[in-house]
Amino acid sequence: MTNAEIIATDPGWIILVKGLLIFVVCVLATLMSVWGERRLVARMQQRLGPNRVGPFGLIQSLADGVKLALKEDLIPKAADRIVFVIAPIISATTCFMSFAVIPLSGKVNLFGHETVMQLTDIPVGVLYVLAIASVGVYGIVLAGWSSGSTYPLLGGLRSSAQVISYEVAMGLSLVAVFIYSGSMSTGEIVAAQNQWWFCVTLFPSFVIYAISMVGETNRAPFDLAEAEGELVGGFHTEYSSLKFALFFLAEYVNIVAVSALATTLFLGGYHALPGLGFTESWLGGWFTVIWFLAKVVFFFFIFVWLRGTLPRLRYDQFMKFGWKVLIPFSLIWILIVATMRVLSQQGAPRAVVIGFSFGVILLILAGSSLFESSKKRREREDAIGEVSTPSFPVPAIPGKITSNRTEQING
Amino acid sequence: MDNSLTPRSNDLGLTAAAKANAPIESQEAKSFGKQLQGFWVTFITMFKKVNTVQYPEVKEPTAERFHGRHQLNRYDDGLEKCIGCELCAWACPADAILVEGESNTEEERFSPGERYGKVYQINYLRCVFCGLCIEACPTRALTMTNEYELADESRAKLIFEKEDLMAPLKAGMLQPPHPMAPGTTHIDYYRGDIKGGSNG
Repeated sequence: MTNAEIIATDPGWIILVKGLLIFVVCVLATLMSVWGERRLVARMQQRLGPNRVGPFGLIQSLADGVKLALKEDLIPKAADRIVFVIAPIISATTCFMSFAVIPLSGKVNLFGHETVMQLTDIPVGVLYVLAIASVGVYGIVLAGWSSGSTYPLLGGLRSSAQVISYEVAMGLSLVAVFIYSGSMSTGEIVAAQNQWWFCVTLFPSFVIYAISMVGETNRAPFDLAEAEGELVGGFHTEYSSLKFALFFLAEYVNIVAVSALATTLFLGGYHALPGLGFTESWLGGWFTVIWFLAKVVFFFFIFVWLRGTLPRLRYDQFMKFGWKVLIPFSLIWILIVATMRVLSQQGAPRAVVIGFSFGVILLILAGSSLFESSKKRREREDAIGEVSTPSFPVPAIPGKITSNRTEQING
Repeated sequence: MDNSLTPRSNDLGLTAAAKANAPIESQEAKSFGKQLQGFWVTFITMFKKVNTVQYPEVKEPTAERFHGRHQLNRYDDGLEKCIGCELCAWACPADAILVEGESNTEEERFSPGERYGKVYQINYLRCVFCGLCIEACPTRALTMTNEYELADESRAKLIFEKEDLMAPLKAGMLQPPHPMAPGTTHIDYYRGDIKGGSNG
């Protein structure tokens, strides 16, 4: 039985329970991940991080949330009031919605009912996630626009441009997964990874997805839409109190959501690590949830690690990377994958398939080295043509003294 | 002779300066592998000892000559060193000090010599802890302690009065007013010839 068939037998109250569970898990995950991120980043900077509220500071983010809720809720005079209120709601609701199609576990027993921890399994599940993410952009762009202020507008534009451009690369990276699993339903994609996870067989797709999911969530090093030094706070500059908390919630739920999607599509979802398959039946199947969460936490750690290590990109570098590197690269990769798939489905011998892939790789390497050498030559020619003295007056370099003076001092 | 004003070598550190200003070899980005080393740095730092001091519970001593709260010192028999000359107030760039002097009388003597500081206030909302007042003080009456926890909840509380600033009475000291040790003058006090308890 596929996941869709199992879910089809769910009575209404089970669906309600699942929906509630997903919501609770998401909110808890946000609280935990805010705390976890602050602790981890602090360790990377040889600090301790929040350790005052509760044991190990565990309740810190809850305390912050309460503080936010109690603060004054300002709506600027220049703001478009209705849109200003709606924007954070759009952001916060859409980020929860993508969880509906993520399978959190294998077959389990929920209150005496055999089911899987997945709200629904639609045939175009992954496309649904992408669509929801696109709707989430409205929250950002409307928030930026309705604030009636310059920096939020700029931040909102940057954010939306960023999310939209990286969604292209993200969507393209998923195509290879669709080709190999033969389905867009998340349940079947996980089932297709019974033997080999797609992060191994479709490694380039995995890398592209991993990069674009960071861009998609506006996270460091791609957090230039919220660049404190340039744009104050980006699209949510004018927001305060609970409305700001909603954006904050949306950001972290989004991180968990893209991590969960990455887990589902590339890391075998709720499946155990290879060789540990016997654990999947532990606790009546509930142990698969732990595998799933462990993989999500792994991705979350990568997010934090990136934030702790890399400086922020410049906007043009970021866009260039998205459009001129990620997208062409994934297009070529899809061509290779599709050709290989068709070749093997048509019954071509293995040697032909492998030979083809090697041929393409060699071609790419040759092309790129040619490009590099021509670029170097051009740079050299440019350097020769350059004027050696600048046309404007510059002060002498300190410490650089004429031989005359050196003798005087030493002498 | 170890004179700090004598240059260690006769090139005045110009060689080092020239080295520091040497042209940067390459402005280009480092290789990809080199850039990845950053991830190792942050990862290994997670397992290093944390630098954080748990401040309110754990207090680390300040530097020896840290500029903290002021203190008005006493001679060993308890008489005040302050002579009310106001040089500290005049030296203060932030106008944080107020001194009002008063003449000592034979019946009521607070300090050796003619005058003493009757009113002595330091406004810690103004004080910048530069220490110019300490340099100005002719009798070493005003010095600074290492105490730095000066936060309070009202402006009035942050204006310290003379009794807040006076050094505590140690053993052998007597709370002024009391006369100078018999047969001594303020010069003996100034030279430090007076020992504690000399007044009985």
